[in-house]
Amino acid sequence: MSETFTGRVWLLGDDIDTDIIIPTEYLALKSVEDMKPYAFSPLRPELAGQIEPGDIIVAGKNFGCGSSREQAPEVVKALGIRCIIAGSFARIFFRNAINNGLLLIENADLHDAVSEGDTIEVVTGSHITADGKEYQIASLPENLMEILNAGGLVKAMRKRNGLD
Amino acid sequence: MGATIIEKIIAHNIGADSVKPGDIVTVNVDRVMVDDIMMPFIVNKFHEMGFKELWDPDKVVMIYDHFVPASQVDDTRHFRIGDEFASRYGMKNVHRSDGICHQLMTEAGYVKPGDVVFGTDSHTTTYGCVGAFSTGIGYTEMAGILGTGQLWVKVPETIKVTISGKLSPNVTSKDIILRIIGDLTAAGATYQALEFCGDTIDDMTVASRMTMSNMAIEAGAKCALFTPDEKTAQYCEIELNDFQISLVGDADASYARELTYNAEDFVPVMACPSQVDSIKPVKELIGTKIDQVFIGSCTNGRLEDLQKAAAVLKGKKVSPFVKLIVTPASRKIYRQADADGTLLTLTEAGAIITHPGCGLCCGRSGGILTDGERVVATNNRNFLGRMGTSKVEIYLASPVTAAACAIAGEITEVSL
Amino acid sequence: MGMTMAEKIIACAAGVETAKAGDIHTVELDRLMSNDGTTHLTIDMYHNLKHPSIKDTDKLVWIVDHNVPSDSPKTAASHKKMRDFAREHDITYYEGAGVCHQIMMENHVRPGELIFGADSHTCAYGALGAFGTGVGCTDYLYAMVTGSSWLLVPETLRFNLHGKLNEGVYARDVILTIIGRIGANGANYKAMEFAGEGLHALTMSDRIAICNLCVEAGAKTALMEVDDVAMDYLKEHGREPKALFTSDEDAVFAATYDIDLSEIQPIVAKPHFVDNVVPAKECLGVKIDEAFLGSCNNGRLEDLRVGASIIKGKKVKPGVRFLVVPASQSIYTEAMKEGILDTFMEAGAIVMNPNCSVCWGSCQGVIGENEVLISTGTRNFKGRAGHKDSFVYLASAATVTASAIAGEITTADLI
Repeated sequence: MSETFTGRVWLLGDDIDTDIIIPTEYLALKSVEDMKPYAFSPLRPELAGQIEPGDIIVAGKNFGCGSSREQAPEVVKALGIRCIIAGSFARIFFRNAINNGLLLIENADLHDAVSEGDTIEVVTGSHITADGKEYQIASLPENLMEILNAGGLVKAMRKRNGLD
Repeated sequence: MGATIIEKIIAHNIGADSVKPGDIVTVNVDRVMVDDIMMPFIVNKFHEMGFKELWDPDKVVMIYDHFVPASQVDDTRHFRIGDEFASRYGMKNVHRSDGICHQLMTEAGYVKPGDVVFGTDSHTTTYGCVGAFSTGIGYTEMAGILGTGQLWVKVPETIKVTISGKLSPNVTSKDIILRIIGDLTAAGATYQALEFCGDTIDDMTVASRMTMSNMAIEAGAKCALFTPDEKTAQYCEIELNDFQISLVGDADASYARELTYNAEDFVPVMACPSQVDSIKPVKELIGTKIDQVFIGSCTNGRLEDLQKAAAVLKGKKVSPFVKLIVTPASRKIYRQADADGTLLTLTEAGAIITHPGCGLCCGRSGGILTDGERVVATNNRNFLGRMGTSKVEIYLASPVTAAACAIAGEITEVSL
Repeated sequence: MGMTMAEKIIACAAGVETAKAGDIHTVELDRLMSNDGTTHLTIDMYHNLKHPSIKDTDKLVWIVDHNVPSDSPKTAASHKKMRDFAREHDITYYEGAGVCHQIMMENHVRPGELIFGADSHTCAYGALGAFGTGVGCTDYLYAMVTGSSWLLVPETLRFNLHGKLNEGVYARDVILTIIGRIGANGANYKAMEFAGEGLHALTMSDRIAICNLCVEAGAKTALMEVDDVAMDYLKEHGREPKALFTSDEDAVFAATYDIDLSEIQPIVAKPHFVDNVVPAKECLGVKIDEAFLGSCNNGRLEDLRVGASIIKGKKVKPGVRFLVVPASQSIYTEAMKEGILDTFMEAGAIVMNPNCSVCWGSCQGVIGENEVLISTGTRNFKGRAGHKDSFVYLASAATVTASAIAGEITTADLI
């Protein structure tokens, strides 16, 4: 099941860690909604206010390294980010994002080829088009697609428990 | 063909003869750790998923450590939610102020060699020090385990690290793991397991190994494993069974990569701001002025760490206008360090001793810094803004190096 | 006509023969204490002066105790400002060494001195016969620059203490009883002076606890005659008095109270006022979430000993947080040597580094919504210890420790 969408690019570097995505100071706020203004604040305090639903983050390698805090992918999703395209992802962040239905795409070349503010097109499981050029992307393993397709792990578990 | 330690643990867990890297399998969880910071989120997800009971209350350990003592008015809400959950579902393994989760999990006997353990904290890799497969997960997956006792994992490839020879007295396992992270880079072991062996490793205490497995995540590793030996058995207060004894990387096992080091080649190092893999020899940083030193955390807050720091500080004073904050990793360690005079030595040198907990390492209290300040710390992360503003410079080092810096008021190399 | 202690100290500081209540005098200050609650503001104002200078840096003592170690970039910035200034101007500076008033008592205060502290509980220094009073940072700045200030000579309320405290009753119960009797504004603008044979039987620790809390009755200062006990303390800490004053027999007091110490019983001050006092027995059974043994009021070795003797071999009630916070590094060290800290640790308490802790309510151990704290701190105002909707009961070290064990308010004799 492939999807096509376009979005505006926010460009971040390598090793964007979870303390940058959402600092520990704000982890005890009662909801992810409350945390939104503080996303990425150590690096770019103004960014959270600028992101609009449908935007895409393009980053370098090792996005989401650091802690297991699931508030990190949740707050990115709550900001309306459609997907994150990075050279690579740290593994806990990767699992957490999938479990929350946040699409992650690995591509090592795109980061150096786009500028902030560009609009790119994503065809999931197939390719990305940026500035007329295509970048191939892989599809996720089957078990992860199942979780994504269920709408995240919570929904998958509800189904298991006969609730939905 | 032979197997690596992680392959043996996973195969044993699922009752298979063997597994290979890339296999996606569902493991049966032996123990989980949940912490205060994540409790409200775990509880919500657990109920949202529709579970009515825990798969096994005795296998769940709840530990309050990030918010002990509470520094913000809503912190105690996490305790209340945790307490309610524990009493509603019959959890007995609850620690409310006994120290840092990763220290307690092995120290209090919750984790044994060969176990499969998950925790809602990235440094859950720590338990590899006793030969357990342990790794950090998010709160949604934790909620799923609490209800089912199971989790899917991909069998990781293994990077084998062999270290032989004798370390110089001013070098600790912290310097080793920092150097390895520098060599691997912060993403160099992503999705992979680390496996440590060699006579230098054999000579190490379990506490020293713990520092290394704890920091494996900083190279992106899924887990970091040490072969259980007599020291492990003694530490865990068990006799190793055949399975546990078998947890050795086979000579004909297949490794993604092999790194070999001579112990003599290690020197005191620091991770410089603001990447854990930005490693430099301390010698190259000598003279850099500092404002604070922190000795503690699940990386280096153990008795031997405090003792080594105390040996450096004995009869000396912390440099004027520099703060030395010492946070023992657990109540047990605090009491041992009190009993053997270590805390007294540290206090007399001018250290501030805080109650066991995550303290400064998690950036919530315990010595937060501000613009233009520089700290030498023994914990595991020096990320931008981790201990205060984004203009704080964090240098990660061993407890002996940290102690020497506290006396000098600047970065210095200790000679022992 | 005779003079009171307060009048004599002010006369001395003003360089005049006599002073009487109601007079306004310009006084030379002997010492100026300031902590991290407000020093950053003082520094900001200092830098805005046209000709900033400090009259005598030797008189200044700056102490970081409220949020130590710091718990936010904001407090860290305020500490850094203080530290940098102290270093530049060669000001005596402590960070993490303990609660300011305890450090002052251990290291600086001398009988007969007139001391301004930028903290309301500066009246504690009266335990050594010094006139200590709390000021705001504007007054502090003026004193810092000029070395002097103006002072309205206060009337004095005299408390004659008789008899001895019964077993299980402490200085905390005495002062809460007195505050309950005269009310939270009962000593506004006035000095509270303590004398009588009952005073001589009290330890220095008791005396500090009593003087410290006088501001909760509105007092400008608290004063006690310097006797052998006080002189021994002074000698032990290597200091000499500036001058020894006592009130003359024909001195005029605004009121005189006779307090029979043997009649005092364990007291609790209920939320949200310090003068809302009742016998502790009337609060039995109130469930608590946290207990706090510490502060400039009751964080001394004697208090920790009382607590340790009660909790030895027992456990803190699961789910209750019991914070034990020695008032200074020297107390912490002594308590460690005596095995007291280990007794608390063994019982499950949270033993913290010396600092103001939850008494200040913005750093370590803050309480949440609808939570209940029983505390040896100085104040139980609404929201003082954390969330605006929370509840603080004040009591002695013994009552607090007993309550930590029971998980509800109780007294030591019932444990």
